[in-house]
Amino acid sequence: MRAVQILVDGFAISSLYALAAVGFTLIFGVSGVLNLAHGGIMVVAALVGWLAAGELGLGTYAGTLVGVVAGLITAYATYLIVVRPIQRSRAIRPEETEIFVLTGTLLWGIMIQVGMAYLFTDNPVTIRPLIAGVVNIFGVRTPANEIMIAALSWAAIGLLWLLVNRTRTGKALLGASMNARAVTLLGYELSQLYLVAWTIYGVLAGIAGVLLASFLGVSTTNAGQLTASAFSIVVLGGLGSVSGSLIAAYIVGYLETATAYLIAPTLRPIPSLILLVLVVYVRPQGLLGRR
Amino acid sequence: MALLRSPLFWIATATVVVAALLPLWFSAYLLGVLTAAYYFGVFAMAWDLLFGFAGEVNFGPTFLIGVGAYTAAILNSTYGLPIPVCVVAAAFAAVVGGILLAVPALRLRGPYFGLVTLVAVLLLQNFVVIFAGVTGGEIGMTVPDVLSVDVNTNYWYALSFLVLCAVLLFGLSRSAVGLILQASGQDAVEAAALGFNVTKHKIAAFCVSALFSGTAGAMLIFYMGTASVDTVVDVAIAVQIIIAAVLGGRRTILGAVLGAVFLIVANEFLRPLGQLNAFVVAAIALGVILFFPDGLLGYALHRSERE
Repeated sequence: MRAVQILVDGFAISSLYALAAVGFTLIFGVSGVLNLAHGGIMVVAALVGWLAAGELGLGTYAGTLVGVVAGLITAYATYLIVVRPIQRSRAIRPEETEIFVLTGTLLWGIMIQVGMAYLFTDNPVTIRPLIAGVVNIFGVRTPANEIMIAALSWAAIGLLWLLVNRTRTGKALLGASMNARAVTLLGYELSQLYLVAWTIYGVLAGIAGVLLASFLGVSTTNAGQLTASAFSIVVLGGLGSVSGSLIAAYIVGYLETATAYLIAPTLRPIPSLILLVLVVYVRPQGLLGRR
Repeated sequence: MALLRSPLFWIATATVVVAALLPLWFSAYLLGVLTAAYYFGVFAMAWDLLFGFAGEVNFGPTFLIGVGAYTAAILNSTYGLPIPVCVVAAAFAAVVGGILLAVPALRLRGPYFGLVTLVAVLLLQNFVVIFAGVTGGEIGMTVPDVLSVDVNTNYWYALSFLVLCAVLLFGLSRSAVGLILQASGQDAVEAAALGFNVTKHKIAAFCVSALFSGTAGAMLIFYMGTASVDTVVDVAIAVQIIIAAVLGGRRTILGAVLGAVFLIVANEFLRPLGQLNAFVVAAIALGVILFFPDGLLGYALHRSERE
């Protein structure tokens, strides 16, 4: 009974983790950027979605859509205001770009978090469930919304898979993550590919944000934690590897859920942190990463 | 003596003399702010030694600081040991922590190591909360002994500690060891090919950084009289230390002090803005990174070099 409970609850949260981490790893794979404002972007999507759905009276569906658009806009702002100027700066030496992008996005994430807390306060907000009702799975009463969220997450991941593997632009993206110079030699404009990658990333992070708000509720204080969990899932799976991130998301999601149910809810993050340290020691490139 | 002819030496000496005389004019409140800022400056310098010189992206300076601070606090409040013993024990514990961090650093590069340091902080934070019986948990613990109750004495303690650390760390960074560290941070393979033991130097850098971080952490809690996660372990503090060092200018050691003082004082003066305070400080730091990536001191030094 409890095992089924863990399986069901863990599945929903893991799908959401997977969705949030896939965009993060895509950006790293294509342009080598670790975006530490990631949690901030999810929070913006969640809060704006909540505002649009409730206060502005657009209803749950239109509201979540507005939230996703807000996430996308924030992702563009992150790229255009912070990441691109650092990448193009002549005063920063190429080998130091990485640390500057990390520090820059970290600061930008703080600005987003504090700004949002100023506008929305740091109370947690919850978007109304997308669908109402309760479903019985092997004797476990599960809100239908939870299943809907898992399904939507997988639909988004599936669409991303189709986009990357079946379209011209997607294949160019994949190419850019393997060998950027070769892709430019084939006539693709790298800066446009980066924009495409950030667009996909913004939409994915936005969806993850509004779904999280509908599932658990989101507060501005979660931003750091959200970034940290995406970061650890991506490193666990192997930086730049999408399938690795998916597997890692389920490992972390189930480990957390099992700890919360079987040991104590307060210990929730600890086993996955220890696992992360161990994996990084033994296999620094992550589960499916390439060096 | 080349030292006596260097303008930096005279500027630094004059700054220290002025700083030492500040209690004559400044209010107790301002001195308190500066006292905290000076300890913060030591944190930032220790971070700069690891990042600027050894090239290690350490997202968790508060792991070393926290280990030192909590060792001192527990020894003092539970076992009643005198302050000097506690500070030495804190330094020792922090060095052990530094070696623990150095082991992965030798195997991992860039973001991977950064993540391990971040995880180290999160684990320490969780353990402090779980073992609340010993550590006081989320509320923190009160330390029975304090350095002094007099504002001026506390200020002078902090200033002399800062000057001592600055002289030692700056001297180290300009010594042969500092150059080797810088070389192994920029190109480890080439440094090893030149016959330097990169591993040994990197472990030494971690130990030195940990030594100063842990000692400063212990001094800070004996100044404040409390140790809590929010003041010595939290990731937000780690972020502030990094901002301070980058703001002041990496690879300058002394710039980190400027950055720390600027950051803490700015935080204090922007307090009327309420919540937006952190927003403005982050925006200023982001602006510096985007437009003056060498930081305040780095920018000034480069300009004088060009002229």
